[in-house]
Amino acid sequence: MTFGARHITVDFGGVTALHDVSLDVPAGAVTAVVGGDGAGKSTLLRCLVGRIVAQHGEVERPPKRQVGYMSSSSGTWRDLSVDENVAFVAGVYGAKPRPDLLERAGLASVGHRLAGQLSGGMRQKLGFVLAMQHNPELVVLDEPSTGVDPVSRVELWRMIAGAAAGGTAVVMSTTYLDEAERASSLLVLDAGRAVLAGPPDEVVAHTPGRIVEVGKPGDPARAWRRGRVFHEWLPDESPAGTPDLEDAIIVEMLGG
Amino acid sequence: MAEQSSRSEHEPGALAKADNLTKTFGSFTAVADASLDVRTGEIVGLLGANGAGKTTLLRMLLGLLRPTSGAVALFGTPPSRRERRRLGYVPQGLGLYTDLTVAENVRFSAEAFGVDDIALPDSLQAISGRLVGEIGLGRQRQLAFACALGHRPELLVLDEPTSGVDALARARLWDTIHDQAESGVGVLVTTHYMQEAQQCDRLVIMALGRVVATGTVADIVGDAKAVEVRTDDWAGAFTALDDAGLPVTLAGRRVRVAETSPDDVRRALAGIEASVDEVPATLEETMLAISRSA
Repeated sequence: MTFGARHITVDFGGVTALHDVSLDVPAGAVTAVVGGDGAGKSTLLRCLVGRIVAQHGEVERPPKRQVGYMSSSSGTWRDLSVDENVAFVAGVYGAKPRPDLLERAGLASVGHRLAGQLSGGMRQKLGFVLAMQHNPELVVLDEPSTGVDPVSRVELWRMIAGAAAGGTAVVMSTTYLDEAERASSLLVLDAGRAVLAGPPDEVVAHTPGRIVEVGKPGDPARAWRRGRVFHEWLPDESPAGTPDLEDAIIVEMLGG
Repeated sequence: MAEQSSRSEHEPGALAKADNLTKTFGSFTAVADASLDVRTGEIVGLLGANGAGKTTLLRMLLGLLRPTSGAVALFGTPPSRRERRRLGYVPQGLGLYTDLTVAENVRFSAEAFGVDDIALPDSLQAISGRLVGEIGLGRQRQLAFACALGHRPELLVLDEPTSGVDALARARLWDTIHDQAESGVGVLVTTHYMQEAQQCDRLVIMALGRVVATGTVADIVGDAKAVEVRTDDWAGAFTALDDAGLPVTLAGRRVRVAETSPDDVRRALAGIEASVDEVPATLEETMLAISRSA
């Protein structure tokens, strides 16, 4: 089963937040939506869960009871304890609370702690546990790892990947490319438009022109730093070498 | 102008230096025997999980918190307000006034640091009359950089400097950071992201209040290895490895396992058809291994 959006356009009072964007979210895989702040990531995810209705285009999703959503603010109730958060959300869906998820998140031993007193990483993990309480077919995660430290981020990713391995269709947004690279497939948004889409390997393989590593770039507008050296894009040369995802996206944004 | 001329007179070596710093809060040791220095023209990345002691170390380095023991020198002397004037700081929250325009923020910064004028890049000049709260985050970050650089600081302290921006804007911000380093400014960056860490000349990794590794990315990763699993059944492989309690991560359509031998991975796969190869570990995998063993 593949969910997703087909050619959707969203206008907020004359400002186009999304323009003709399509996204496939297949079951049993993690799909990443990548872009900077204001690129349209949240708007796209909110369309997927039905919180925003697109002016044009179609959205395919399972019935509402089968959709899990974690907003960019984690969607936890800070004045409730961890256990109360879980009981409340499970109750809303008429589902049995899932202690296995809390256990996996390493939160089983802090069930009595208020969500507001958890560290950022623990709170984001609780947000994910809440979004998965009713075992949804589609789970939508808006920047789940923003502000999360590397140790907690790996644990969070392990949970996210585990959900996909269990058959859930997972879509998540991020501003970081090292994270997007983990997904089976990604969509890069810029100013409400789709810039690139596909599995990370294929996106990189289709980078036009050649990228070279130089000490001093010939054209600074087509070069970017990589530590003390530069990567420079030579659009008219034939492809060679092994660009990475950052190279591929920068080239595209430079007009590749 | 006295600040500027002092740049060339400055003794070579460390702009900021922390020697064997320890900070305890009651019975809790936030930082234990940590040393760190930032030299002229170098970019140092400070990494570690939340609670590793990064912020406490940074606050002691800037003279905002008194160490329980150990010594701190900022531009060769114990830190005070006078020394802090010689550094530029961009907090993660940027520290801009969102109800003021771009130009007003610049004027405020210039007056606070006692400089006549702060040069703005063209892209910001063009929108100087707009409220900061109404411009995009990429532009806000650019502005925070311009404000922090306006008084020509000798040391830059940046907290997650490119958080929330797109790939091209991130590349352009790093251009600015490298340009500063090449003109002799020392830069200290704290970050949670390996992509940023890889832009640094040298890394300092903290765990549980201690410095557990320092060096270039290549020094730190060394010859650490990870195992990469390629299979048509990634879900089955992931579940089997996860159930076996191995540190497994997803990498596109592949699965990676850190700190485990290929043989142990094959055993845990229990017959799932897959190619199992030893590959160089990533910085993230290495850092987590170091943090776990601390």
